[in-house]
Amino acid sequence: MAEAEDSPGEQEATSSKPLFAGLSDVSISQDIPIEGEITIPSGTRAQECDSSTLNESIRRTIMRDLKAVGRKFMHVLYPRKSNTLLRDWDLWGPLILCVSLALMLQKSSVEGKRDGGSPEFAEVFVIIWFGAVTITLNSKLLGGNISFFQSLCVLGYCVLPLNIAMLICRLLLLAGQGPINFMIRLFVVLVMFAWSVIASTAFLADCQPPNRKALAVYPVFLFYFVVSWMILTFTP
Amino acid sequence: MATQAAPASGVRNGAGPEWGGFEENIQGGGSAVIDMENMDDTSGSSFEDMGELHQRLREEEVDADAAAAEEEDGEFLGMKGFKGQLSRQVADQMWQAGKRQASKAFSLYANIDILRPYFDVEPAQVRSRLLESMIPIKMVNFPQKVAGELYGPLMLVFTLVAILLHGMKTSDTIIREGTLMGTAIGTCFGYWLGVSSFIYFLAYLCNAQITMLQMLALLGYGLFGHCIVLFITYNIHLHALFYLFWLLLGGLSTLRMVAVLVSRTVGPTQRLLLCGTLAALHMLFLLYLHFAYHKVVEGILDTLEGPNIPPMQRVPRDIPAVLPAAKLPVAVVNATAKAIAVTLQSH
Repeated sequence: MAEAEDSPGEQEATSSKPLFAGLSDVSISQDIPIEGEITIPSGTRAQECDSSTLNESIRRTIMRDLKAVGRKFMHVLYPRKSNTLLRDWDLWGPLILCVSLALMLQKSSVEGKRDGGSPEFAEVFVIIWFGAVTITLNSKLLGGNISFFQSLCVLGYCVLPLNIAMLICRLLLLAGQGPINFMIRLFVVLVMFAWSVIASTAFLADCQPPNRKALAVYPVFLFYFVVSWMILTFTP
Repeated sequence: MATQAAPASGVRNGAGPEWGGFEENIQGGGSAVIDMENMDDTSGSSFEDMGELHQRLREEEVDADAAAAEEEDGEFLGMKGFKGQLSRQVADQMWQAGKRQASKAFSLYANIDILRPYFDVEPAQVRSRLLESMIPIKMVNFPQKVAGELYGPLMLVFTLVAILLHGMKTSDTIIREGTLMGTAIGTCFGYWLGVSSFIYFLAYLCNAQITMLQMLALLGYGLFGHCIVLFITYNIHLHALFYLFWLLLGGLSTLRMVAVLVSRTVGPTQRLLLCGTLAALHMLFLLYLHFAYHKVVEGILDTLEGPNIPPMQRVPRDIPAVLPAAKLPVAVVNATAKAIAVTLQSH
């Protein structure tokens, strides 16, 4: 919408430019560079947006978004000091991760559904979003200077290691259950749990007052603990 | 906003059926317009003024409604009047929707700001308060201090929810996760909020000096003992150990709360009533969480699901005791057979 509205405005500006350009030349000569500085960047930005969204193929648009999501995945896997994840947040990645985790935690057999025991799709979904919202509100209440959706985005993206753990667990469960199998799964889940917590605190802790980092990290720890515990106790 | 409301009031004045009431109408409409303009001035200033503004607008709206009701009694409803009403209705609707949205956003924003002081703690403070929650202080003559803070209690309740979930999963329960998750959250928050408000009500009756916030903080930190006990005993299944912890840790945290309440109440009867209720509730809650919780849930599930027995089910039958002398071994054999059958079915 905003981009579409920008372009007519820009056209108007260009069409009306010859009308007023001479006038400004005549009256105040030193105002010209300032005017140029102000109008040119906004014009080029609008043009760039126009060309990228309207003229390109749908495939390229989707690929661009997917690439952005993938880049953020890499940021989670190699947590380093960078605020790309914070600056341009999106909720696509969290949605993808949440849905895939919920699907993997679903029991396939009819017997499993009858017995219960498996967390259901809606429940995993609710736990992840409700937990993320709770942590976000908590960090806001503690005086953090992070926006609501930025925090949701970070918490959602940092479920990625746990997704990987879930994938490995499902593969291991194909081989059959046993104490050794369980020990391997426990190890994998613990490592991925630590990874999730470290990655999310690397992004979130900077937004908290320095003396309260521990208070903000504790609910994050609890949240990922519950999720990883659900993964560990899962049996198909 | 003002531009929408102002023509509406103007039309209303113009379509007034009786010119006798003209002056009143003008006055009412005029004042409304002036107020709207004032509002328009302030609306640009800052977001903090929204509360005051909101209140003023509500008063105004009541005025306008009263005026509208007066006017609708008139018999004359010409085309102009109809149009005026229509436009006014549309404007009213838009105004209402906008106002609802704004007030909702405002209330959310304001609520966060209102709650912020209660979360103003340092990690060291939380640590010391957690430790203090297990140390009863025998000081009865002077009211003991209770920190009005909600971060620690809230986190303890969430921790208790997680521990309960863990306990339910590891216990031999028919696990219906959705139900259990909801039940765990409901139980913990229900206990915290429900018992706090109940004790607060009792304290009000018994003339104890305690506020709702202090009660919430006191009971919330009292749950620290519960968390430790349940976390240990869900993993180490020993009844003797549980009773020891129940008396020791649960008793200490209960004593601490009782000591605080005693120091803030006057009169032996009131003290006995208040502290007896709180101690009984707190200790029984721990017992309940440890023993009866998952069984209650199981029972509910059974009644909900109804007769859901699989058709082909092997039931171990008793081996007939032929000789009276062989009764004891037969009983043992039966018991083992049943145990094996149960374990087989559960797998």
